[in-house]
Amino acid sequence: MTTTLYTSDHEWLAIDGDVATVGITDYAQSQLGDVVFVELPKVGRSLKKAEAAAVVESVKAASDVYAPISGEVVETNDALAAEPALVNSDAQTKAWFFKMKIADKSELGGLMDEAAYKAHTA
Amino acid sequence: MSVRDDKDSLKRTPLYDLHLSLGGKMVPFAGYDMPVQYPAGVLKEHLHTRNSAGLFDVSHMGQIALRPKSGKVEDAARALERLVPQDIVAIAPGRQRYAQFTNADGGILDDLMVANFGDHLFLVVNAACKAEDEAHLRAHLSDTCVVDSLADRALIALQGPKAESALTKSCAAAPAMKFMDAGPHIVAGLACFVSRSGYTGEDGFEISVPAADAGHLTKTLLENPDVMPIGLGARDSLRLEAGLCLYGHDIDTATTPVEAALEWSVQKSRRSGGARAGGFPGAEKILAHFDHGASRRRVGLRTEGRAPVREGALLFAGSEGGEPIGRVTSGGFGPSLNAPVAMGYVPTRLSALDTKLFAEVRGQRLPLAVAAMPFVKNTYKR
Repeated sequence: MTTTLYTSDHEWLAIDGDVATVGITDYAQSQLGDVVFVELPKVGRSLKKAEAAAVVESVKAASDVYAPISGEVVETNDALAAEPALVNSDAQTKAWFFKMKIADKSELGGLMDEAAYKAHTA
Repeated sequence: MSVRDDKDSLKRTPLYDLHLSLGGKMVPFAGYDMPVQYPAGVLKEHLHTRNSAGLFDVSHMGQIALRPKSGKVEDAARALERLVPQDIVAIAPGRQRYAQFTNADGGILDDLMVANFGDHLFLVVNAACKAEDEAHLRAHLSDTCVVDSLADRALIALQGPKAESALTKSCAAAPAMKFMDAGPHIVAGLACFVSRSGYTGEDGFEISVPAADAGHLTKTLLENPDVMPIGLGARDSLRLEAGLCLYGHDIDTATTPVEAALEWSVQKSRRSGGARAGGFPGAEKILAHFDHGASRRRVGLRTEGRAPVREGALLFAGSEGGEPIGRVTSGGFGPSLNAPVAMGYVPTRLSALDTKLFAEVRGQRLPLAVAAMPFVKNTYKR
């Protein structure tokens, strides 16, 4: 059973036990426009909450993706290197950015559920 | 002060309501509220312009008539030559030429198009510079010319391989025009000024139309399924692939036309030994750059990877250490090339094609190489 949580910076996290899968929301991709490049963190990197973890670039601009919580990167989505446009077509499914081992579960308390995120972007 | 106040102070072009009805995403640009993209998005808009035809609202740009008090266009041409390093006298009636206003230091105050309309010159200047340009013209040329600001006209660009067929439906004269032809023509029954030019590297036209008729003309052109409205986002990626300078970024008051690799735009008649050599602001420095070379030069840059290198990125000669040797002035992703493209200034000794350099992006040095411009072959109808 996974739970999906959201940040005010438009990242989503799917929580499955000790591991969180992180991506950007469909709302975020619609604001960015056509994604042409994604830079992912290295596996093994230890991320602090709110640290710039990845970069997503459209034709016009580069945007940081922040670590929504603290933890170590355990896997990255290599498919995004070959096909950055997946971020536009499948932001909340196939276009996950990285998986991280959750360092402190109490940090999850500060995140939004789907209803709260919908209200945030309304 | 709220954001809304800022937005309210922005000017609108005559096509503002049409942009909203077409779903344009409006952003501030040069004091105007302009569409950066439509629902299709920058990528599709860019590719549509290269494959079919794109319609751009460039009404924010300044349109100026320079009218000789004598009634002789040569007098206006000679007068304008006091402010630009181009041969204006040689522009034949019905023709247009690219030019720059220079300053006393040889820098560029603005770049512009100058057309000979038979009895006067027609100028198109950048939006952000137009007030200063008009003041500059009035301050220096009022003895011989009337500087007539054509603020009641809109400007529409129609660009791409299907621009000619699209415009021909409304303007029978279009097919006979060649690249840089310019003059008054009837378009959709309206008294327009049409030039065969643009800012995309594609064949195409720019159409000056009375502001009151701009909506009608634009809607008429958009009725053609080949024609799609294009925002400023794709306008920028198109001109970057075409290797064309954006004023305030790739050229400014600190760059001479020679440093900017715009030698081709300065005719021999205005260079050392020419019939009317010098006689424009900054001539001493600009002609010295022609005669002895400049120490730096604008070049095209291509990366090896897919990470775009953007404006402001510092350039280095090596992968580690050392001082920056230059800076990227425009950079992004080129949709037609499906790869990043950039331009910037480097020391002339490092400006040869294929010179390996590095750009610092997020603390890392990415390899890139000096590359020929335009990045995408232009398709002008010469």
